[in-house]
Amino acid sequence: MSTAMRVSYRMDSTLESVNQAEEVATKIAAKIGFDEEDVNRISMAVREAAVNAVLHGNAYDPAKKVTFGFENTGEALVITVSDEGKGLNPNVIPDPLAPENLLKQSGRGIFLIRAFMDEVRIRSLEPGTEVTMIKNVYGGDAAGKEESK
Amino acid sequence: MTMKSSTRQVDGIAVVDLSGRITLGEGSVVLRDLVRDLLSKGSKKILLNLGDVTYIDSSGIGELVSAFTTVRNGGGDLKLLNLTKKVHDLLQITKLYTVFDIKDDEATAVASFGK
Repeated sequence: MSTAMRVSYRMDSTLESVNQAEEVATKIAAKIGFDEEDVNRISMAVREAAVNAVLHGNAYDPAKKVTFGFENTGEALVITVSDEGKGLNPNVIPDPLAPENLLKQSGRGIFLIRAFMDEVRIRSLEPGTEVTMIKNVYGGDAAGKEESK
Repeated sequence: MTMKSSTRQVDGIAVVDLSGRITLGEGSVVLRDLVRDLLSKGSKKILLNLGDVTYIDSSGIGELVSAFTTVRNGGGDLKLLNLTKKVHDLLQITKLYTVFDIKDDEATAVASFGK
């Protein structure tokens, strides 16, 4: 297994940043030694968090940045994505699995992040939102993935 | 890799072969325009072949749902063909596997639209 490391990137609020963050996540997760399925899940979670930060948080505002942090603690990959937007209340996110929401075009990003990672925390900054996503190196709580909303 | 598409007619069904990524930005926009174009030309029976789609994000899923409801509301039908494991898992997690009519054989899929 790779030794502990921490890197961070401060990027513009663009779709290019979303793609770059996804690529970085894929490389780091693979380097740590996650299997292909987990690498895909991690990169997708990062993409969804990045889209939320760029699109819903910073609203493509060129004056606002998105910060990505990747830390390998040895036991887990800890990823943070922070924006400088108007903030997100995680308690009012509609359940995309509810019958009335099933055919909605949007609203699945946070749900997928929670499904793909072992632990997810959403914290309000002033201003902005920070999403922390944790994937345990040794399998983690696989059952928790299905329970997450 | 961005999304590519090509459309062929099989027994009155518009079979759309998609490849690449359906994500926020180009892929999802291409899919939206493609379905609108088919509907405007009178093609109301659409089969989306996702066999070579390597990646779909939540925006892409949203676009598939939007295409499905648009076609249904227009009196047509839209079905999915040849899901990769990744896309299959995504649709299962999001409970959309029960919403879409999903096939793994083109001839069976085409026949299932009826006359």
